[in-house]
Amino acid sequence: MATDILMPALSPTMTEGTLSRWLKNEGDTVASGEILAEIETDKATMEVEAVDEGILGRILIPAGTQGVAVNTPIAILVEEGEAVPEHASAAAPQPSAEPAQAAVAPVSAPATYAEGETYVEKDWGPTAEITVREALNQALAEELRHDEDVFLMGEEVGQYQGAYKVSQGLLAEFGEKRVIDMPITEHGFTGMAVGAALTGLKPVVEFMTMNFSMQAIDHIINSAAKTLYMSGGQMGCPIVFRGPNGAAARVGAQHSQCYGSWYAHVPGLKVVVPWSAADAKGLLKAAIRDPNPVIFLENEILYGHKFECPTDEDFILPIGKAKIERAGTDVTIVAFSIMVGEALEAAKVLAEQGISAEVINLRSLRPLDTATIVESVKKTSRLVTVEEGWPFAGIGAEVAMQITEHAFDWLDAPPVRVAGVDVPMPFAANLEKLALPHAEDIVNAVRGMV
Amino acid sequence: MQAETHGTLISGGNGPSLTREQFQQAFHNMLLIRKFEEKAGQLYGMGLIGGFCHLYIGQEAVVVGVQMALKDGDKIITSYRDHGQMLAAGMSARGVMAELTGRETGYSRGKGGSMHMFSREKNFYGGHGIVGAQVALGAGLAFANKYRGTDEVAVAYFGDGAANQGQVYESFNLAALHKLPCIFIIENNLYGMGTSVERASASKEFWRNGEPWGIPGRRVDGMDVAAVYEATAEVVAHCRAGKGPYLLEIMTYRYRGHSVSDPAKYRTREEVESVRKNRDPIEHVRHILLDSGVTEDELKSIENDVKDTVKDCVEFAQTSPFPDPAELYTDVLQEG
Repeated sequence: MATDILMPALSPTMTEGTLSRWLKNEGDTVASGEILAEIETDKATMEVEAVDEGILGRILIPAGTQGVAVNTPIAILVEEGEAVPEHASAAAPQPSAEPAQAAVAPVSAPATYAEGETYVEKDWGPTAEITVREALNQALAEELRHDEDVFLMGEEVGQYQGAYKVSQGLLAEFGEKRVIDMPITEHGFTGMAVGAALTGLKPVVEFMTMNFSMQAIDHIINSAAKTLYMSGGQMGCPIVFRGPNGAAARVGAQHSQCYGSWYAHVPGLKVVVPWSAADAKGLLKAAIRDPNPVIFLENEILYGHKFECPTDEDFILPIGKAKIERAGTDVTIVAFSIMVGEALEAAKVLAEQGISAEVINLRSLRPLDTATIVESVKKTSRLVTVEEGWPFAGIGAEVAMQITEHAFDWLDAPPVRVAGVDVPMPFAANLEKLALPHAEDIVNAVRGMV
Repeated sequence: MQAETHGTLISGGNGPSLTREQFQQAFHNMLLIRKFEEKAGQLYGMGLIGGFCHLYIGQEAVVVGVQMALKDGDKIITSYRDHGQMLAAGMSARGVMAELTGRETGYSRGKGGSMHMFSREKNFYGGHGIVGAQVALGAGLAFANKYRGTDEVAVAYFGDGAANQGQVYESFNLAALHKLPCIFIIENNLYGMGTSVERASASKEFWRNGEPWGIPGRRVDGMDVAAVYEATAEVVAHCRAGKGPYLLEIMTYRYRGHSVSDPAKYRTREEVESVRKNRDPIEHVRHILLDSGVTEDELKSIENDVKDTVKDCVEFAQTSPFPDPAELYTDVLQEG
């Protein structure tokens, strides 16, 4: 049967091309894979190969023709002894890349915020004072006990007992199979952990600091965050990436950076930012049990801070819910991680000056608890965001935009960002202090808008 | 000229060779990959497949030979040149073609495309678009096998182009350190996109690249499916026995460009033609089968089978619906 040879699309962007040259003449026998013609695409000169065998019955588009649209019949291929039709087959179906569905129903993104949907924290009963380090250690130990598929891996997590002693004692209890020292190869061991997670294991990957996660960011984003989607829901990646984030003390630019905004940008990840010991314990347990990749951003300075933490062995916190740490009526201060402490200190100072500040501890950046922030701003009509990271395209920018979208009419003043200064972190003590936000900066920001 | 190196390759080894039935199966599977890929190239030309499309034509003996040495439960991972691996692993031509054409019935329900396909059921872990990423991920698959105490192995395929990525060597170190049951397979088709191995790699003997970590290696003729099978069978036994990773450099050749839109001006037509004519892996098996007494008619019947399968998968893909617009938002996160 005579078949049409069509002008092929030979690049992702080609819609038409020039048929520069025929390498076969009418009447020639062609075999599958033989070069029939050359065409100029938008990128290069390409060769058109025969897909079927037969005889080149008729050339429909002569050499040198420009602007030949993709899928135009350029020649007719016939079988041995078959008569050559005059024209391209009218009956030949014209293939189309257009969707078969006629009208496409408009689809809107799932709502990120529902009005009035605020979270009320469960009363977990008695508490004890522990450090953030102890809280993290307890969470790891409890989850390692709870699920055989959970293991901890990273640099110095085992024999050294953790670079910051978060994993102290875990090797002794769980052994080398489940508390695994890694060589200094973040890219490699992160990829390995993600591969293991794709099979259903639940690795907890400790980065000595989150700065080193940049060595492995391709696996975090391209391999961990996107695979569930790219596999049509087949392959989840239950994994936790954790470690100290942000500035510590005098460690300079390469070791002092907040990754909140970086990772919160990525669909397929959850990003958790604990402040207190209770946050650390309740959220780390939730992160390990979560079937998705979770970035868990700790803070080195907070490791030694003490907080009250529930002693209930079932204590766990939901990811994606913020906590109002202090109620107020005049201004909403949104903060996360170590900046929650600065915000609370600022609120105390402001109270002495007669200004009632509500302090929200975000706990999670993705998903962001927009409802709690919106409800608060509807009450206070003012928003100040606080973060240690850089201001440009930071978390404050996102929070302010959410408020613009959902509570614009309630605002009495433009939102204000308090953030790290837009420079690499300096080493000198006085400069470092200037580069980071402090309670007095927050106080000043609030006083400027009230 | 580099294609000539094929002529001097050593074969697989002293392992068990293929039976006539296995050669027939190999012929079928290789031909299926060849015809499927030719059709994919054609559908690309017709605009039915978009984006990138990296064809496996010429390399068929590699995956078919390797797959015959594996058992259920063994895990596989590869690069974006993945259609051959999927068909060899027993994934359906329908599901793969439907994914290539972005349909709801594709393996990734239209969300992955040519480069990103997966099958939990067939232990195929992708389909990865970042060159070299699958090597570290593959070490992770092997890690999971060991963690669970199974005797399953993981096969991580990568090309000569990926062979000098840093994470490959991080993975070698980790796999050797932890004695992971991981078979690293370098499919050396002599070109990383448009750059020849000669121009890209100071090391020309990839099979030796695991030596600093004590990873044994072997170079295999990838145009000879029996050689690939024999070598892989031995290596699989090594890994199952808990002796740690192994590196196979399988010498092969791709007939088509790096992707469908590659004009392939970095090599001569004569070079491609010479391999096609003298080293074609499918013709090689055809001759073995004819010599062993299989008739032309029997081969024709296999060819017809393959033709039907390809025709069927194209029809299936073309008549399958595109994903529902609401699918845009699904599969981003799993429900807790």
